[in-house]
Formats: sequence, structure tokens, C-alpha cells
Amino acid sequence: MTQTLEKTAPPILFLWIAIGWAGFVLLPWYGVEDGFFAFQWLLDGYPLEDDYAPAAFLIGQGEKLWLAPLLLPLALPLLALRRPKSDPAYARILIASGAIGFAWLIAQGFGIGIRGWTADWLPALFGPLDDRQFGMGYGGLLVASAFLFIFTQGIAARGAVGGDVFVVSAIGGIIAIVGVFVFFPIAKMLVAAFITDDGGYSISVFAAKFFDDRIWGLGCLSGARCGVAWNSLFLAVLVGVITTALGLVFALVVTRSGFRYKRLLRALTVLPIITPPFVIGLAIILLFGLSGSVTQWVAELLGVRPTRWIYGFNGVLMAQVLAFTPIAFLVLIGVVEGVSPSMEEAAQTLRASKWQVFKTVSLPLMRPGLANAFLLGFIESMADFGNPLVLGGNFDVLSTEIFFAIVGAQYDQGQAAVLAIVLLFFTLGAFYAQRFWLGRKSYTTVTGKGDAGVHPSMPRALSIPVITIAALWGAFTVVIYVMIVYGSFVELWGVNNSLTFKHYVTAFSVSVGENGIRWTGAAWDSFWTTIQIATIAAPLTAAVGLVTAYLLTRQMFAGKNAFEFGTMLSFAIPGTVIGVSYILAFNVPPIELTGTGIILVVSFIFRNMPVGVRAGIASMSQLDKSLDESSLTLGANSWQTFRRVILPLLRPAILAALVYSFVRAMTAISAVIFLVSAEYDMATSYIIGRVENNDYGLAIAYSTTLIVVMLTAVAALQLAVGKTKIGRRSNAQGADA
Amino acid sequence: MSERIISSRAASVRFEGVTKVYGKDVVAVDDISLTIEPGTLVTLLGPSGCGKTTTLRMIAGLEMATKGRIMIGATDVTTLPATDRDVSMVFQSYALFPHMTVLGNVSYGLGYSGYSKAETKERAHAGLEMVGLSGYGDRLPSELSGGQQQRVAVARALVLEPQVLLFDEPLSNLDAKLRRQVREEIREIQQTLGLTVVYVTHDQEEALAVSDQIVVMRNAAIAQIGTPRQLYDEPADSFVADFIGEANLIACTIEGVTGDVATISVGGYQTKLPARGLPAGPATIAVRPSRMRVGDAEAGIPATVEKATYVGSRMEYTLATKAGNVFAVLDDVDAPLEIGASVGITLAASGPVLLPARE
Repeated sequence: MTQTLEKTAPPILFLWIAIGWAGFVLLPWYGVEDGFFAFQWLLDGYPLEDDYAPAAFLIGQGEKLWLAPLLLPLALPLLALRRPKSDPAYARILIASGAIGFAWLIAQGFGIGIRGWTADWLPALFGPLDDRQFGMGYGGLLVASAFLFIFTQGIAARGAVGGDVFVVSAIGGIIAIVGVFVFFPIAKMLVAAFITDDGGYSISVFAAKFFDDRIWGLGCLSGARCGVAWNSLFLAVLVGVITTALGLVFALVVTRSGFRYKRLLRALTVLPIITPPFVIGLAIILLFGLSGSVTQWVAELLGVRPTRWIYGFNGVLMAQVLAFTPIAFLVLIGVVEGVSPSMEEAAQTLRASKWQVFKTVSLPLMRPGLANAFLLGFIESMADFGNPLVLGGNFDVLSTEIFFAIVGAQYDQGQAAVLAIVLLFFTLGAFYAQRFWLGRKSYTTVTGKGDAGVHPSMPRALSIPVITIAALWGAFTVVIYVMIVYGSFVELWGVNNSLTFKHYVTAFSVSVGENGIRWTGAAWDSFWTTIQIATIAAPLTAAVGLVTAYLLTRQMFAGKNAFEFGTMLSFAIPGTVIGVSYILAFNVPPIELTGTGIILVVSFIFRNMPVGVRAGIASMSQLDKSLDESSLTLGANSWQTFRRVILPLLRPAILAALVYSFVRAMTAISAVIFLVSAEYDMATSYIIGRVENNDYGLAIAYSTTLIVVMLTAVAALQLAVGKTKIGRRSNAQGADA
Repeated sequence: MSERIISSRAASVRFEGVTKVYGKDVVAVDDISLTIEPGTLVTLLGPSGCGKTTTLRMIAGLEMATKGRIMIGATDVTTLPATDRDVSMVFQSYALFPHMTVLGNVSYGLGYSGYSKAETKERAHAGLEMVGLSGYGDRLPSELSGGQQQRVAVARALVLEPQVLLFDEPLSNLDAKLRRQVREEIREIQQTLGLTVVYVTHDQEEALAVSDQIVVMRNAAIAQIGTPRQLYDEPADSFVADFIGEANLIACTIEGVTGDVATISVGGYQTKLPARGLPAGPATIAVRPSRMRVGDAEAGIPATVEKATYVGSRMEYTLATKAGNVFAVLDDVDAPLEIGASVGITLAASGPVLLPARE
């Protein structure tokens, strides 16, 4: 019963101590090169062979002796097992062993690298070392997690967050992974910007790179070329403004007009989710490129030579506006619908005309949405890599510059880091400006009470241009997508316009031989990798996002604001920056991930986490808090409450988060392009590679396939969510007999 | 219920100097001490924001006291989280888990209390039967009416046989007729099982109807503790007098005190009332509207009829006197007073109470 006071340590402590020891004694301490789950290491001399030995066996053979001190913090918590939780020594022992163990793990990880000591002052202090170590493997991972969660259990025992082990551990876990996979790489990147060619640190090197004319030059004012930073900034601001305006136009048509094909317009919102952004660039080439349909037609009509006018600023702008308008639409439709109709009706009854209502009430109330949409457009444009690569021509932007600094002939990590810092500076600036601007104002108009009104339709002077623009732009978007599908069947665009299945055959041919099905198409490898990585990443993303959302909406703890800011920050970090920083941070010990599938999974988790967090927060704040509280007073603890009450009620949100992160993982390119390897090539990077080889047919056929696959996923989601509607507690009063 | 499956392990609740501060300086509950005897139903009553719900949530363990000590039975539970306290609570919104059936809801807590599957089932059924909902086990909460949902919430809390059962405004989502019925059911179950119940409400009629003891709270502190009768007949001050059943608060003067009888005068009208320890000088009389006698202009406090309202079973009058307007309820609906008529107000022999003068 609830009254029995716990005499011994809870089972969860046993579990983590056991995990710690298992990591130390059983599993290979260092990363296994051929893949842990191949289990080849079991046959190759485990447990004595150096490469696969667990830490305990290494020490036993007199090697890697710096791991020996870990035995102390691993043994220490055993003392806590016999003590009651209320004993102050219990908390002290756990906190001490967790903290010491974790700190030592980090210190040895960073202190001793692939070439022995990692800094000059270390041998001076500890003497020379003729040993070295590689990246941590599953043994190290388990031991590190054990220390972390022993530490959080100690903190909980001291009474933090009401002594709740689950909540404290969840907070600790999220902080640790966000720290390792967001803040650590960014910090590493900042440091990399100061590294000189011979390995030292210098501010002047940083300054020289940072203030380079290629970044900040203002040549375009006098007819020459401008720096990439200005190019990016100008493009992003313009894209932000145009997409926000177009998004608002669409949102107004859908919510405040008698336009008949609203449902069609709503379907537009699905497009950006399922379309890799650079696909729009490809379609634009089909239309306006040198041998594009429109270009050819106009050239014939006017008798002029077709030009390459689309390559450069014009093309990138057009492609990005097409690609990101639906995102702005998605944001604004919620906001425009969210403006309480009773506000507008109140204004009408106060004798404001329709136009005055729109200008003085509706529009101002939409301001947070407009700011949000602008920010999204701005960041997406800044981070967009595919379109500038496909269409940029001589118009250089930060994201492509970064790419060429890393993969190009110059291979200058410092240069890439500096460019990434500039990029990060812009997006964080926009993010911060938006928070600052909106932070002081409250625009909440959803009162929680039933709102029976209807939105007034737009004034006529507004509705005519708005509907015209929406119709034209909608038609243009449809043409673009038709071109993509059609283009995938054309032999060689503009040269040989006969229809063919050739590209699909090249990409996705399958032959059935003696050994069963053989995936002979060129695209299968990257396709299956993509599916595999996305399938692994999606549930992890959803889990991290939902736990974070739970902590943010349901728990109070010290430093919650900083916690929230930290988790939402990765939203403002462009994929390109994530890509560069991951390369810099994770190709040396203690965490060596480059070239593995794990780094792709991890990058997706933290790229898409903010989406999961937002979705989770949105649906969790609709669940009455008394549900949690009643579960607690009925004797369930917070983990049981989370699992049995919150999770089941969030099923639609979980499904949405799953599918969304799955689809995002399939369409992402900006971070992926840095992280793919020969073994783990992703669909998007494969397509970009085809485009660079001028193999447009295959690229477009592959893109079309991706779009169809993702459309299927989204449609399946719609069906699934539609079926899982649960009877919500109704407020029906007094229907009782 | 000859062989009772669900019984009670009622315990007392004690607050010793308990204070709750939100953030830095928002005091929700200020240095409260009180004892709730086992097996009694105690109501926390007060206007919104007086700290009554915070007090209740501190008993549940959903809020932790900033200062002071909370005891349930002989156990100090001050730092114990909700999960580990032997207390259950019926929420204002019922907080039924919408994804579980009625039986699932009622069994939920039993599963965490170490009962076997068979016992859990038996107890859950017994709980449902107790609230008159046997046979509804397989429904979802959304398929029940408001009153039925309410009873499921009660059953869910009851089956755990908590030491203390808490109710947070349990009737506020029900319509007026149902309210009376449900509150009688709650009182009946409490008395049959001998439960310790703490009950929060802002409705004074509800409090008077169900309680053994009422704790009237104001501004984060206790204004008065007493039985319904004590609070109604002998309010400690004008706040309690006004909050527990409306009262006319009329300024008066105590002319003199003989023994424990005071002679008072209001605008020329003189009468005698129990002194309740008050000295001669200015004071206040609290008079329930139903304890006003209205007669001819010659006797009593002179007044004119300002408003007259017919509410079916009785007449309600607003009378203007020199000391301000007073409110009177008369049973005579057949010969109502006319607006503008001059009348004299006298006080009923029992009922009016002397209170210290208002600041």
C-alpha cells in the first residue's frame, strides 16, 4: 500500500547501477568500426582484443589505465543501496558518484585523443603518454548514461521537483543530449573559426576570415559583386516578405471569402512537407532554363536568343518563394482562424466598416503570426541549400559557400566555420528579434469559451486582388508540379521531348533472378538507406519532442525558461550550420560519428525536435491538468501518469509527429549533404549529385517517386488520425435524469 | 450493504502554522492552523482567491507547503508527494480519463495500491454499486451525463479507502436540481462509511447543508471555524455574517450592558440583545433579511419602501433608512407593501447578532 515506507533503494537505482557495470564489464568500450550490431566483434577476439574489449578487460591487461578511476564512482552507489531514500547520505552518495564519474569520463575523453594527449599542457602535467584512444562505443555510452541517471536520482532524492525521479531524470537526459548534440557542436564550430593552418589559435586569423571581402564586400553597389553575406541577407528578407504576404493572401481566401475551391487551396499546405525544396528549382529549370519550355516559346515568339536569365538571383528567389509560401500559409491559416470572430463582430457592432475592422482589428491581431511566418521564411531561405546550388549560377549565398569550403578543393574548415557563424548570427538575430518584439505583447484571443461567431468576409476592395493573386499563384504552383511529374517521363528535356520510362527504369529497376529479387536500379541503395534512417529517426524525434513538451507544459522547475530557450534554439540553427558543426565535432574522439548512420539519425532528431516539441505543447495544453493530478492522487507516480494517461491521450499528436519527422528526414538536404558517406547515402544528396552531373531526367524521376512515397505516408496518417478520435470529456451539464 | 467491501480508514488532518507562497511574494495561505477530526466532513468556504483550494491541494500533496507542518493521522506528510499520500481527491472537472472505460477509471488507483486483479475488479464493482452505477462499467466517460460522471469520480476516489477524501467544488458543473441530490448522496456515503472528508466550495448554502464543521476563509487566513449553526447564529465578525447567508449590517450604539444583555439603539429605536462581551459604544448588528419585522411607521426604525420584488414564495424589499438601505424578506405575498410607503423596522427576538463596529 502507499503507506509502506521504502526501506531499500528503488529498483530503478538497481537498474542503472547494473547498466553502468554492464557497460564497463561486458560491452566493447570503444566504437566498433564494422558496426556494433553486426556482432562480428564477438567472434574476433572479444573480450581480450583491444579494439573490442570492455573497459574492465583493458584495465586488466594493463592498458588504457585512465579508465581505472571510473571504478570508484561505479562502486560508490552500491553503498546507497542499503540506505532509505530519506537518508541524506543516500542523495549525497548518488550525486557524488554520478558527478565524479561523468566529469572523469568527459575529462579523459577530451584529454586523450587519437594522437595521445590532445593539448600541450597535458603531457607537461602528467608526463608523456604513448597510448591513444578512439571514439567511445556502447560500453562508454552505457557508463555515461548510468552516471547521468545516478546523478539525477541523487538530485531527486534531495527533493528537487518534489523528489520526482522520472521528471528529474527526464530533465537531466534532455539537457545532456541537447548539450552534446546542439551546444557542443556549435561551440566546437566557434572554436574552429579561430584555428590557424598550423593548429594554433589566433584572433587575427578569425578576423581576417570574418571581415573578408568575399563575405561582406559591397561591390554590387558599384556594379561588381557583393559579398555572400549580403546576398543571403537580401535574398532571405525578400523571400520572408514575399512568402508572408502570399501566405496571408491564401489564408484570407480560405477563411474569409466565398471562394469555392478552398479545399484545393488547403491541399497546398501539404506540398512543402512532402517536397524536397530543390525539386522546385528543378521544375523551374524545366520551365525557364536555357532549354525550358517557356524560354523556348518566348524566344521563338519574339525571335530572340534564349538566355540564362533564370540562373542567379531571379531563379533562386522564384524557387524559394514557391517552395516556402505554403509554409507561411500553414502558419498563417492557424493565426487567421485563431482571431476570435467575436472580436471582429464586436468591432462591427461598434460601427466600423468591414475595411476598418480588417485594418484596425483583424490585421493587428495577426501580427504574431505574420512575424512567425516571416521568421520561418527568412530562416528557410538562409538555410536553403538545394535551390541556390541548382539555380544559383554566379549568385553565391552563405549555405553554398559553406558547402564548397568543406567539400571543394580548398577544404578549409576554418572558412566554413566562419561562414557558418555569419549564417547563425543572422538566423539567431532574427529569432531573437522576433521573440523580443512579440515578448512584450499578448495577442491571445482564444478565450477557451465557446465562440459562436463567424469570420466576416473580406471587404470587396481587398477580396478581388487577393483572390486574383491566390488563383494565379495557385495555378503556377500546379503547373510546377505538373512539370515535375511530366518531366520525369521526358527523354531529354528540350532536346528530345519523347516520352519514356527510361529514368524510372534506371533508378528503380528490379530483376527477379535465382536468388530472389535483386534491386538493380541505381537509386535503390540511397532509397532504402533513406527509409531506414528516417524510420529510426522518426520515433526518437517524437519521443524527445514529446518528453520535452511534457516537461515544459506540466512541470515547474528552476531554469525552465533557459531550458525552453535551449530546446527551441535548434529551430533557428540552419541545417547547413548543423552539418558543418557536426563534421567538426564528431569526427574526432570522444564521440566519433562521421561516416555512420547514427550521425544522420542524430542530426534529424535535433533538426526536427522543435517541431515535435511544438506539436506536443499544442496538444498537451488542451489536456486538463486535473487529469494528471487525479492520477497522482490515485497513487500513480509521474512516469505511470505519463505513460497511462498522457501518452494515450496524445496518440494523434504522436502519430503526426512521427509522420512529420519521417517525411522531413526524407526531404532534408542542407545538413544531410555534409553528413552522408559512401555507405550511407541519402536520397536527397543522391539527387543533388545527379543534378550536378546534368542527369536531370533521373533526378526528377527520383524526386517524383519521393513525393509519391511521402504523399502516401501523409495520407495514411490522415486516415489513422481520423480513426483514433477519442471521446473528449464533454461539459454536458445536468443531462442526468 | 451487510458485508461491506469498501470501508474507511479515516484519519485526522492537522495543519500547524502552514503557509504557502507562490513565486516570491504571493501569499496564498498565511499561517493556518487547524485540526480536522476523523470521520467528519469539513468544508472550506470562502470567496474566490481566499486560499481554500490551495489548502485542499496541500492536503492532497499537489502543492507543497512553504512553511509549517501537515499531519495526516500520526504521519507527517509535509514533504510527501501526492503519489505517496493516502488521500484521494474528486476534481471540479471530475478529471475522468477519457480513454478508459468507467471501470478502467475506477480500477486505476487500485492497480497502484497492491491489490490483486480479482480484488481490484471486486472493489471497482463495489464502488460503482455504491454510487448507483453498476452496469455502467463498460461505458466511456463521454457517454455519461454530467451527474453520472461526477459519481464515477466519487467512486474512483472511494474505492481506495483513503484516510482523507477531498472534494474540490464537486457540484459546480451540475445544474441546480442535481446539485441538491448529489450533495445529499455525498453526505450519506460519508456518514455511512465514517469518512474524513474535506470539501471546498464557495456556495454557502451547500456548505451549510453538508458540513459537520465549516472553515470560513478570507484573504489567505481563517476567518472562523464552527458548526453551520454557530456560524449562522453567532458569526465572529461582519465578514462571516455577510458571507454565511446574507445579512444586513446596521451601525448601532450600545447604550449600556447589564450582565450579558446589551441595550442598543438604532436611530431612536431601542432593543435588547445578548452582549457577547462587547462594551458600551459603537457596534454593528447583523440581521438576516428574514429576521426583519416590518410594521407601522410609529414603531421601530423609520424607513421607506424603495423596491419591492415578488419572487414567488415571498416578497423581497429594499428599505431606505437614515443609516442606509436594508434588505428584508417577508412571507406575506398577498398584501405587499407599496413603493414609497413609510414603515417602521423592528428586529425579531432571536437571530440578530451584535458584532464589533466596522472600521
